Amino acid sequence: MKKAKYIEEKIFRFLMVLSLILIAGFVFSVLWSIFSKGIPVLTWEMVTSLPGSGFYVGKQGGFLNAIVGSVYIVLGATFLGLLISIPVVFYLSVYLKKDSRFGSIARLAFDVLFGVPSIVYGAFAFTIMIVVGIRASLLGGILVETLLIVPILIRSMDEVARTIPKELLETAYSLGATKIETIGVVIRQIAPAIATATLLSVGRAMGDAAGVMFTAGFTDYIPESLTDKAATLPLSVFFQLSAPQIEVQNRAYAAAVVLTVIILIISLSGRFIMRYFSKNKV
Amino acid sequence: MKYRIIKDKVAGGVMTFFTLLSLILLVAMAVGLWLKSADILEEHSMWNLLTASEWKPMRNQFGFLAFISGTFYVTGVATVIALPTSLLMAIFLTEYSRSTVRRYIYPLLDILASLPSVIFGVWGTLVIVPIVSDIIGPAVGTATSGYTLLSGAVVLSVMILPLLVSLFIEILGNVEIDLREASLALGATRWQTTKHVVLKKGLPGIIASTVLAISRALGETIAVLMVCGNLIIIPDSLLDACYPIPALIANNYGEMLSLPLYESALMFAAFILFFIVLVFNLGARLYLKTIKTE
Repeated sequence: MKKAKYIEEKIFRFLMVLSLILIAGFVFSVLWSIFSKGIPVLTWEMVTSLPGSGFYVGKQGGFLNAIVGSVYIVLGATFLGLLISIPVVFYLSVYLKKDSRFGSIARLAFDVLFGVPSIVYGAFAFTIMIVVGIRASLLGGILVETLLIVPILIRSMDEVARTIPKELLETAYSLGATKIETIGVVIRQIAPAIATATLLSVGRAMGDAAGVMFTAGFTDYIPESLTDKAATLPLSVFFQLSAPQIEVQNRAYAAAVVLTVIILIISLSGRFIMRYFSKNKV
Repeated sequence: MKYRIIKDKVAGGVMTFFTLLSLILLVAMAVGLWLKSADILEEHSMWNLLTASEWKPMRNQFGFLAFISGTFYVTGVATVIALPTSLLMAIFLTEYSRSTVRRYIYPLLDILASLPSVIFGVWGTLVIVPIVSDIIGPAVGTATSGYTLLSGAVVLSVMILPLLVSLFIEILGNVEIDLREASLALGATRWQTTKHVVLKKGLPGIIASTVLAISRALGETIAVLMVCGNLIIIPDSLLDACYPIPALIANNYGEMLSLPLYESALMFAAFILFFIVLVFNLGARLYLKTIKTE
């Protein structure tokens, strides 16, 4: 009996190490499979040129259209997203009382919106776009990605904004500031959170395929106006991979490398900011 | 002086509006998708749509059973794989490991959490699909292409692992140290303490977190679509292909305007997905909230 519990301890310790190895193995397997397949076929031409004639049967050209399209969509969505989410976060943490009912319902709504799959956002936005007569376009892509990232932005900023000490705001009030005038104080307090939340949502928007599939479409050209269709990197990977030609598939792997590298840089800088800049908080 | 107070009031109003917008968005999505599915619900009964498995849009047959079962099977198997792995990992990180170990593991989980779904799809086709078709298929004596329910579930499980681990760490971290110390002082081993004290105390939270992760997994589109075979059948075994709801929507949106009722059918599919995710998500969050306030 006394022995049994030590054996059990050993067994579960072993299982834990196993799960650790498994998860680490998954990470390295994913990265290794993408990089080992993609890096040998990645050329400078692919990153800097548009699809040429016969691109989809394996002729020359690159996926610059997808890179630029993704960047446009992400920039637009991040800008709109911040424009909406910063006021909401400010409202939730400054205007409302800590135990406000409306506040907790709104927070719950954002949590639920965060959980809505991007394919549902895409389908919903698509029906709205049909009703108001917008075709698949850069604008549609930006709007659907904004819907997708606003809950992420709000949730992660709100978590930090809630911890701002009441005394800090009261000091500002006692100096005669109105609530809106404390926004400078609040923003300075949550600045690192704004940065990490932004990077987090840039990563999400950059990697999302299901939402833009409906709303941004796909094109071989760089969009010149908001009503042009826009290509995106994840869809570029997806479409090229389903082609039968090896050359086209190889380009999908190369595009996957580009996408992975961008995402890794974004997520690593998020960690960096979190670690080094959150020290300045009161 | 007046001006500043007016500015304050106006800003407050605008911000209330933005916040209300989020609530409206949620309702608008439910109503919008529901209105769009009204056409198909007029011609076919809801019960009929959900329980029939014939899917032939050309002949006006819309049975969602294959897609619904595909969604639940692939998510269920993924949960069975991910749950023990992530729970052991979370226990290891909170109960056993030193902070130096954690410093190396958290970035790994971050990377896993940040990679886009299409990358997992590529990984699935490069690594998991060949393993299933060349090793697992022959081992059980079935010829398979590798594009199966099992492949979809494995890819999906890897994608929800980081979420599960981080939710579990939070739950286990909330269990008081005193309880552990009391148990250890009575001569229990670390695992006994974990099993009888930490897990017991954290069980409600663990269940709610799992439901939350499941609601995430239900809507996963591209990665699963790339490896699960997309055949309209009700899968009988792990080595059958399956066709989850998100894949149905993603694969067919292109031609959905060409057939009568097709668009309505796909929007009904989106509504089903939205509804299931909403119920799971809302239930889990409300439950987690009551646990936290206790």
